[in-house]
Amino acid sequence: MTTPLRSVNPALPTAAPVVFNSSGSLAVGARGIVKVFGVGDARTQALKGADFEASEGELHLIVGPSGCGKTTLLSVLAGTLSSDQGEVNLFGTRLTGLSASEVTRFRCRHIGFIFQQFNLIPTLSLVENVSVPLLLNGAGRRDAEAKAAERLRQVGLAGRERQLPTQLSGGQQQRVAIARALVHEPRLVICDEPTSALDSMTGHQIMELLSTAAKAPGRCVLIVTHDPRIYGYADRISVMEDGRVTHVHAGASLSSYIHSENRS
Amino acid sequence: MFLLALKMLLGDRAKYWMLVGGLAFSSLLMTQQYSVFQGLMSWTTSHMRNMRASIWVVESRVEQVNESKAMRDTDLNRVRSVEGVDFAVPLFQGVLKARTADGSDKMIQMIGLHSGTLYGRPPRMIEGDIAQLRLPNSVVIDTLAMESTRLGSGMGRPLKVGDVFEINDREARVVGICQTERHFFGYPYVFSSYDQALQYSPRQRKMLSMILAEPKPGWDTAEVAQRIMKETGLRAFTVPQLEASTIRWVWNNTGIPISFLTTIILGFVVGVAVCGQTFYSFVLENLRNLGALKAMGASNGLLAGMLLFQAMIVGLIGFGMGIGLTAFFGLTVAQSGQPPFKADAAFVFQSLAAVLVICALAALFGIRRVAKLEPAIVFRG
Ligand SMILES: Nc1ncnc2c1ncn2[C@@H]1O[C@H](COP(=O)(O)OP(=O)(O)OP(=O)(O)O)[C@@H](O)[C@H]1O
Ligand SMILES: [Mg+2]
Repeated sequence: MTTPLRSVNPALPTAAPVVFNSSGSLAVGARGIVKVFGVGDARTQALKGADFEASEGELHLIVGPSGCGKTTLLSVLAGTLSSDQGEVNLFGTRLTGLSASEVTRFRCRHIGFIFQQFNLIPTLSLVENVSVPLLLNGAGRRDAEAKAAERLRQVGLAGRERQLPTQLSGGQQQRVAIARALVHEPRLVICDEPTSALDSMTGHQIMELLSTAAKAPGRCVLIVTHDPRIYGYADRISVMEDGRVTHVHAGASLSSYIHSENRS
Repeated sequence: MFLLALKMLLGDRAKYWMLVGGLAFSSLLMTQQYSVFQGLMSWTTSHMRNMRASIWVVESRVEQVNESKAMRDTDLNRVRSVEGVDFAVPLFQGVLKARTADGSDKMIQMIGLHSGTLYGRPPRMIEGDIAQLRLPNSVVIDTLAMESTRLGSGMGRPLKVGDVFEINDREARVVGICQTERHFFGYPYVFSSYDQALQYSPRQRKMLSMILAEPKPGWDTAEVAQRIMKETGLRAFTVPQLEASTIRWVWNNTGIPISFLTTIILGFVVGVAVCGQTFYSFVLENLRNLGALKAMGASNGLLAGMLLFQAMIVGLIGFGMGIGLTAFFGLTVAQSGQPPFKADAAFVFQSLAAVLVICALAALFGIRRVAKLEPAIVFRG
């Protein structure tokens, strides 16, 4: 079933419809995702047949009111949550056709994660935290730590490798998280509200890092956000409402959407 | 990853020490109690090592070495006539009263040895000559008796060779001092010749406590013991048989094993409870981190391995401390020999295994929790 798409303001250029094209640059494709939580009175249908797509080299924002299903959709796309119906394709791999352990291996190899609460392990040093994805992919400790130190340098934390996360500010911790998300060169980077715990200056620095990361060949960065201040970094924005993606803005439609959102 | 797992746990000082402390306490309780129990059990059979006979012949109802029921004097010849018996000698054993310097009584373990062979004599003489037991009114005492100054003639010093004291109003002259293992009853040993022992002891109809026998060269000890039983109707034990029978008797007739076993099980249960609880709360507190690892692609197997590894390492450290404390305890009591203490390598491995089982159980609760953990929780605020 396809959802009829409406643009926010009929006077503005129409948003691009959600269509599945078979172009080689399709990074993420999802169709008809349904996810239900709980049973009986507690039953919530978080996703009601959501369609979604994102291309390689793209920084893609997912926005929408609280409770509309953004986090749930992101979890399904990242393979950390299984959907009840629908299909997810990541870089030509049908995620929904894989076994649980195959999905885990796929995540390990191809996906980097950035969380709202950073989720660095407090008792491990920065370089140890950043080396985790490499170790999970079977790298040796020395190798992993050398690469991790290099990543820390790239996010502006050179010389602090042996410090603990608690010695850092929120913005610095999020940079460590970015270094960790990128260290194993994943194709998909998944971020849930990466800037909402940060002040606006720090938020912009973080977004700079992420939009640079998105430009890497073959990579796609997906960001769920509530924060209109960062809309300007987006190559595309998917707007969700009540368990579905209702609009997708790119190009001219994107500029006017950002304009209208920032005014309100 | 395993190194990082270890750092995760070490970073949580409070939990780490709680785990190590709990396991150390648990291993201390288990190993110390077990060693004391082993020591006690070795006391029950020490008599055999002090006498060193090959075959022990006793009255048919006797089940353990610390007990004797008198036999007829004629039984000795019946045993001697059994095929395969090289020689057999009479033995008197009984608890008698010795007079102390202040006029009160002290119990002693009287042993009367066959004066011809002195078979059953103590393994090590410290002073004097055991052969002098053949002289009238002479005894060899062990160091426990020697140090018991109350036995002396009010000199306020240990007994020496040449000193005299009284057993049942008869003179006993010390001609030697020997080393023995402490007897189960705790009484000091006093050795004399068989005939002398009968004179020290109150007169009874039957006085023969035991018969000690040696098989002929080339004969199997167990087989000779079997023959003695068949032909005399008496009971005959080889050393391992009597040891086993004595320990079985202690299990069946005293509360000692049960009370020690209870404490040991308690140590195990306390270990499981404290460690399980602490480790589980460590896992709960780290659920977000574990969830993040899971999202990043750590499999359930890897996470289980990491938790197990953490638990095993604290297990080894805690066990090391516990066994160290037990060894310290053992060394401290070694001087006095009270309470008895006996540890061996097999037992160290057994208790290590018990501690590792505790740790595996503790880790298991955490592993179950993590296996059910949805990696998506890390996206929730
Ligand atoms: N694990 C869960 N169990 C039960 N209900 C859930 C669960 N996760 C999400 N929901 C429900 O699903 C709906 C969508 O939740 P979701 O977190 O995806 O929304 P969101 O768009 O990310 O909201 P927010 O902007 O507040 O983060 C909500 O009604 C929420 O209560
Ligand atoms: Mg959300």
